[in-house]
Amino acid sequence: MASLRDLATARSGDKGDTATLGVVCRDPADYPLLAAWLTPERVAAFLAPDVRGPVRRHELPGLAALLFVLEGALEGGVTRSLALDPHGKSLASSLLAMPLPPDVAARSRLASAPAGR
Amino acid sequence: MAETFRIGCGAGFSADRIDAAVTLIERARPEAVVFECLAERTVAKAVVARLADPDAGFDPWFEERMRAVLPPALAVGTTLITNMGAANPAAAGRLARRLAAEAGARNLPIAVVEGDEVTELVRRLDPPFLDRPGRPSDLGAAVVSAHAYLGAGPIVDALRQGARVVITGRVADPALFLAPLIARFGWAADDWERLGRGILIGHLLECAGQLTGGYFADPGVKDVAGLADLGLPFADVEADGNATLSKPEGTGGRVDRLTCTEQLLYELHDPGAYLQPDATADFRAVRFSELGPDRVRVEGGAGGPPPATLKVVVGYRDGVVVEGGISYAGQGAVARARLALAILRERIARRGIPVSDLRTDVIGVDSLLRGAAVAPDADVRDVRARLAARVADAASARAIGHEIEALWLNGPAGGGGASWSAREGLAVASALIPRDLVRPTVSFVPPA
Repeated sequence: MASLRDLATARSGDKGDTATLGVVCRDPADYPLLAAWLTPERVAAFLAPDVRGPVRRHELPGLAALLFVLEGALEGGVTRSLALDPHGKSLASSLLAMPLPPDVAARSRLASAPAGR
Repeated sequence: MAETFRIGCGAGFSADRIDAAVTLIERARPEAVVFECLAERTVAKAVVARLADPDAGFDPWFEERMRAVLPPALAVGTTLITNMGAANPAAAGRLARRLAAEAGARNLPIAVVEGDEVTELVRRLDPPFLDRPGRPSDLGAAVVSAHAYLGAGPIVDALRQGARVVITGRVADPALFLAPLIARFGWAADDWERLGRGILIGHLLECAGQLTGGYFADPGVKDVAGLADLGLPFADVEADGNATLSKPEGTGGRVDRLTCTEQLLYELHDPGAYLQPDATADFRAVRFSELGPDRVRVEGGAGGPPPATLKVVVGYRDGVVVEGGISYAGQGAVARARLALAILRERIARRGIPVSDLRTDVIGVDSLLRGAAVAPDADVRDVRARLAARVADAASARAIGHEIEALWLNGPAGGGGASWSAREGLAVASALIPRDLVRPTVSFVPPA
């Protein structure tokens, strides 16, 4: 099944107890599709219950990218968290596992260039 | 062709590769190279080291790194700027003096920036924390130190006085890069657009290889060639603050729209308001364009006035953290790991070991993955039960470690590799203080 990883790349960052997730379209032409589908609500629902705080989204059409800011996602922050990955560096990999709905996959660059997967 | 200033990043964290910085200087011949080596907690750790030894408290790799980069920097004429001074820039400066003499540059102008350590000021002001409840006074004697994020100003002063090496403690990371741009191009203190662009360049460069294909490879999906020889980034900056990003010829890695965009968004909270001591940068109109292989143009940074406050990071002692585990294989491995963790929780409760925080994971199943990404019926046959806890003292940590080891003979079948360790917890919290109360200083290390 197609996942977000087929459409986009992602990188996690941290500052205090807030995690950030930058999501970048592999093909800038997919930006409107991604922006319509990858809402903060969907991101929060997919990562629940592990991300407890609010999820904010910034739209960057000129960069074909979305930035998600997840407050309270790092168990008190890098220096307090007892997690194996206290920075939440692996959070982006979890997000990229998000399944793509068939209609989104069909309308993306995947439909025209399946060899790119 | 417009006049440009070539600035590179020689380290994005303390443990970064040293040989890559030598390659950067030798092949790209930059006018300035910045080594950004301080994580949030590092300065507080360095203060603890300095309390034990007044000549300690700077970056643990300072000597090796400087010994390696000084000769090529002297040959090329590269200025070196670094926050490796951590909690003791003066001691690092004295060591740099010796290393410069060894490299044949006895009179090299080496400047030290201080004034970032504001522990007493923060105790007096007692500002509310931004990222946890309470104030410094609530932590009492647990407070180790407080450091303010300085701006570019003192580094610019040092460069204008002729410094060829500048060693600082806590400075806002992008300001380490902004400073030589201000010194070179003479940007005014209220030229918000150019300052915003300089901050953008600093933000892109400060994590070193994360711009050039490090932290990016995903085999078969996002391939990066030559990661064992990853090239460090540099920017050719123009007087208006726009720039071209690249890496040295013949090195591994890649510089393109995707690597640059991932790094632009890294650790950003608000693309329209990246708060820095020198300006508030605005990245919303930034554009990347690929000029050729490993050459990316960056344009469109903007900025506005900075906040009236400076951020300070308060380091405090935070109990003892004990961590350990035991591994299981084969069918039923996950169930045995979960049983082991349940036994541990029960033993800790029965013995009444006081624990302030406790976390258990099954490595291989749910130690990293979050939310719906965790596979529900994972048939994983190679896992490790992991427990981590915060306790008040070493005796409680030892008692928990003992329980982890006891799983050898008293736990589920087939447990192997039980081990544990404990470390002093050192945490940080941030707060804001009025910027005019912080007084940075610049001094030059006397000749040898």
